[in-house]
Amino acid sequence: MSNVHVNTRVRSEVDTSGNLTFGYSGRLDAATVGTLWRQTAEVLRSAAPKRVSVLADEIAYCDGSGVGLLFWLRLRGRRDGFSVEFKGLREDLAARLEMFDVEAFAAAGQGRRNHFSLPDKVGHYIWGFLEDVGEHLAFVGELFTATVKCLVRPGQLRWKDVFLTAERAGANAVGIVALLGFLFGLIMAFSSAMPLRRFGADVYVADLAAIALVRVIGPFITAVILAGRSGSAYAAELGTMKINDEIDALTTMGLEPVRFLVVPKVLATMLVTPLLTVIANLFGLIGSGIVILSIGFPLVTYISHVKSAVDVDVLLIGVVLKGIVFGGLVAGAGCLRGLQTQTGASAVGISTTRAVVSGIILVVMAEGLFAVLLHFLGI
Amino acid sequence: MSTQAGPIIQVEHVAAGYHETVILEDISFQVAKGEVLVIVGSSGCGKSTLLKHMIGLMAPLKGKVLIDGDDIVAADAEVKHRILRKIGVMFQTGALFGSMTLLENVRLALDEFTDMPHEAADLIALMKLDLVGLNGYGEYMPAELSGGMQKRAAIARAMVLDPQILFLDEPSAGLDPVTSAGLDALIRSLAETLGMTFVIVTHELASIFAVADRVIMLEKEIKTIVATGTPQEMRDCTDNPWVQRFFHRQAESRVTH
Repeated sequence: MSNVHVNTRVRSEVDTSGNLTFGYSGRLDAATVGTLWRQTAEVLRSAAPKRVSVLADEIAYCDGSGVGLLFWLRLRGRRDGFSVEFKGLREDLAARLEMFDVEAFAAAGQGRRNHFSLPDKVGHYIWGFLEDVGEHLAFVGELFTATVKCLVRPGQLRWKDVFLTAERAGANAVGIVALLGFLFGLIMAFSSAMPLRRFGADVYVADLAAIALVRVIGPFITAVILAGRSGSAYAAELGTMKINDEIDALTTMGLEPVRFLVVPKVLATMLVTPLLTVIANLFGLIGSGIVILSIGFPLVTYISHVKSAVDVDVLLIGVVLKGIVFGGLVAGAGCLRGLQTQTGASAVGISTTRAVVSGIILVVMAEGLFAVLLHFLGI
Repeated sequence: MSTQAGPIIQVEHVAAGYHETVILEDISFQVAKGEVLVIVGSSGCGKSTLLKHMIGLMAPLKGKVLIDGDDIVAADAEVKHRILRKIGVMFQTGALFGSMTLLENVRLALDEFTDMPHEAADLIALMKLDLVGLNGYGEYMPAELSGGMQKRAAIARAMVLDPQILFLDEPSAGLDPVTSAGLDALIRSLAETLGMTFVIVTHELASIFAVADRVIMLEKEIKTIVATGTPQEMRDCTDNPWVQRFFHRQAESRVTH
């Protein structure tokens, strides 16, 4: 009550026949109305009146919040079945009060949107998921068709965008891929060297590091970095274009957004991912090599173990095939989420988050499929 | 004209610009309490920049802006807070918060700056929406509404704490003539019934004649005010080529359409 103006108050009086009188005085503004509102509500609750009279002749100042309080008394009267009469209300205040229609407000209060129940929400979610799967499939089809068209007629492809994307997603990512590859190699070799030493098998750290890096970790960390750097960037770029109606502009000009915007990004990413994977592997091997050297093995031993552990099949599948597939998945997910962007300021943020999450999930699923496939192929 | 005595805004010898580029030089004028002042001028003449200086978003290169006697640039945090409680601003695009419903947008200031119970804040916000013709739209998200509705909701948000001054940046740009006329009528009625002061940036000739008590015209070439007066005085002004060009060429093109 500390912020109520010293002269601002509400008096109330109730008689035996259910007549309640409120007398407001002082300033009725945004700072004072909160307290007056609570006091008035409390009196109304305990008195349950049949008629309410409001003495308004001592109101010195009344802004929109004050009018809100007076109007609320009218609304309560309609809801709880008591009449409200204003006495001594200045003409201008009365006019401002009359600007609001009690019936319209009561109707608007009832007409609010329904909130969903739990089964509704579950159904909504499942339907949304199925729709999303459908959109993914449609997008894959559209992307495949557009890519084939572009490959058949290379003139249709926007090569400038391909090279620009290759530079942004590939060349600009070399540093971070190399650093993370190096650190992963270092950490993995160090973590495995100590337990293996207990069995006298520490020389096999080289084999372990080489196989793990080339088969799984190299392609995987490259794909995760791409999802975080480039997948999100594609989603943000296309999402902003969607919000600015640029995608619609392309469509109305007769240009397919997928061919024009998505194919260059996906192709460029598929092209640079194997190269980035090579860099991740190379630096990972350097990292693990440092650990091997530090535990006392010569470089030549390390190199011969790595060469014997990684054959050409593993290298081709681990680097080239996985790189191409992961690059396609990350770029495709980024572009799809960008094209699915809704409206509003938060929409682009949501799209970029979904792009990264989808990209990583797809890469993990593909990694699992590769593991099973390679097992059955005996590679 | 519903003006009362005494200026509520004083702009004194303000020079404004971005980095090295000076856009406005030696701008001085006053706005009286309850007055509807319209700032006009060709594109790029610095109307919105001047508005940003008046609401304290930009500091002038020279001069000062006083709101109800307080210097908005030199003000410490407490004074600035007091000044900001006296003003409401509607930005050109509406600038509604996209993640909140209209009701949440409008009641935000009530929640943050007053101790009103939930029911009170809801009702007062709904009443403001009703004032701008948006009764029943409280639960809508801004993205679900048309541009005109968003602008009207932005006005409701700007005036939820009953500020003494409302600054409106191009309120009728991009609106159809009917919605635009409705908005003009709303501004006029708020000025007359609540005694609010308005500073409006616009280049809609019809709106200028519908709402303005006084017009200030800025000119890009000389970077300052070229003329000031009632809309009628500006229209009838014959000795100023910039004013003539602005008020007559537009008027002529409207007639010929």
